[in-house]
Amino acid sequence: MPRASNDTAIAIDRVHKRYGRTHALRGVSFDIRRGEYFGLLGPNGAGKSTLISIIAGLTHASEGSIAVLGHDVRSDFRAARRALGVVPQELVYDPFFPVRDLLRLQAGYYGCGRDYWPWIDELLERLELTDKRDMSMRALSGGMKRRVLIAQALVHKPDVVILDEPTAGVDVELRRTLWRFTRDLNDAGHTIVLTTHYLEEAEELCDRIAILNHGELKVLEDKRALLDRHPYRFLSLQLTGDGGPLPAEVEALVEDRHEDTLELKLEQGRHYIADVMESIRDAGYRIADVRTREPHLEDIFVELTMDKPDGRAA
Amino acid sequence: MNWRGCYTLFVKEVRRFYNVLGQTVGAPVITAMLYLLVFRQVLEDRVNVYEGVSYTAFLIPGLIMMNVIQNSFANTSSSITQSKVMGNLVFLLLTPISAFEFYLAYIGAALLRATLVATVLYVLAQLFVTVPMANPLVVAAMLVCAGGTLAVMGMIAGIMADKFEHLAAFQNFFIMPLSFLSGVFYSIHSLPAFWQTASHFNPFFYMIDGFRQGFFGVGDVDPLRSLAVAAGFFVLVSIIAISMLARGYKIRG
Repeated sequence: MPRASNDTAIAIDRVHKRYGRTHALRGVSFDIRRGEYFGLLGPNGAGKSTLISIIAGLTHASEGSIAVLGHDVRSDFRAARRALGVVPQELVYDPFFPVRDLLRLQAGYYGCGRDYWPWIDELLERLELTDKRDMSMRALSGGMKRRVLIAQALVHKPDVVILDEPTAGVDVELRRTLWRFTRDLNDAGHTIVLTTHYLEEAEELCDRIAILNHGELKVLEDKRALLDRHPYRFLSLQLTGDGGPLPAEVEALVEDRHEDTLELKLEQGRHYIADVMESIRDAGYRIADVRTREPHLEDIFVELTMDKPDGRAA
Repeated sequence: MNWRGCYTLFVKEVRRFYNVLGQTVGAPVITAMLYLLVFRQVLEDRVNVYEGVSYTAFLIPGLIMMNVIQNSFANTSSSITQSKVMGNLVFLLLTPISAFEFYLAYIGAALLRATLVATVLYVLAQLFVTVPMANPLVVAAMLVCAGGTLAVMGMIAGIMADKFEHLAAFQNFFIMPLSFLSGVFYSIHSLPAFWQTASHFNPFFYMIDGFRQGFFGVGDVDPLRSLAVAAGFFVLVSIIAISMLARGYKIRG
């Protein structure tokens, strides 16, 4: 049985999922705390969507168990599903009903009656859908459809909200609106689980981050600790002059090269900025501009999920 | 029980067919009336099946039941297949609606559509000939058992179908032939011995014969036997459908 405590929103316990010979999840275990903004990251095929489907009851685990607010997703599925709102990744909708009717029907499936209608109107207002409430989903733009999907996930006021790539394919303005909206939800006490391919999104929003790769949990850490444990910093140099080849020890540090700009990856305590710059000057270059940056989540993500030459993931 | 959830799903399914009433009720009624007009014109004076019952009157319960069968099947199968193909079935699968509640809502809505078609057909048929109703209870019981059985079969077909072609094949090669060869247009006593025997293996024959006996009080087999066969099939296919839903067969990953 999954471990559950009052401060656990989702308890995932040794979950395996097999599709024929494919082992999509390999004994994944971790907890998502109540009230946190949690990021679930991983490359395509890492097992994120499979894990979310199991949490939501859309598919069943081959082994292991999951509980939402202490309710097992199979044996106590009603309570688990009432506690959960899921925004699916695909833009799917029922073409037969206008937006507000769709939301009222969705609330009804959860056993919520007319007393939830003011909340539905509030959702429409907050997601800027009020003037679209009587329109068919067919007539809405992709961004508007995405907002309706979010409203559908929230009609029954779930404690835990899973957003499966909610900003995929939406414009920058809508993405910002959705960020604000989900942050407000989190501030109001909802647990938010976000999967995204936009790593800056996870970096901006999430408190803790789990990275899945090849069906295994690679890392689960507080975002700040995760960023701090990356022992690198990046040095960007704009060079002028007709210098010769760079010294081999500098060349080994080059991460990116664009026209007259080099980006070097320096390991803290091992490579020193002053030494690197001196070597470059000795090679006959002048340094016109210098910039440094701390590692982003993306750098860590790439490092953790990049396949090593022997075929295994890092 | 999540009664409100079940009722909401029922309402949604009713609204789905009500939104296209011309297609879901109007079209089958017009088709059945055309059958009635043509067969009445050609056979009214040539065929006499039961003593004191005109051929037009004989035809009407059969036509009604054929439409109950086809519309019950179409309602559940098209709704589930459409939801699967369009991907919006996910919004139901995420909810705390159990397999049994899902079953109740879909079968209830399909039965309502079938009853609507049957009622409109019965009322319109009175324009041609007065059809008595000897035993309304038998009529209602056969309508529920037959309509229910086909609604559940539609549900099973919808769950199993990956695309509309699969559904069409089930409809064209199974439902349509069995319903046409079940005694809608004739009494099986007018068939050669072999086909009489073969008809007894067609469950649709019992549905139509039992239904017809509710109107005329006379038929090809004992009405209790017809009712038992229809009810038995209803229970059997219901057990299969509910267990498929509970296991999430072809709908939950």
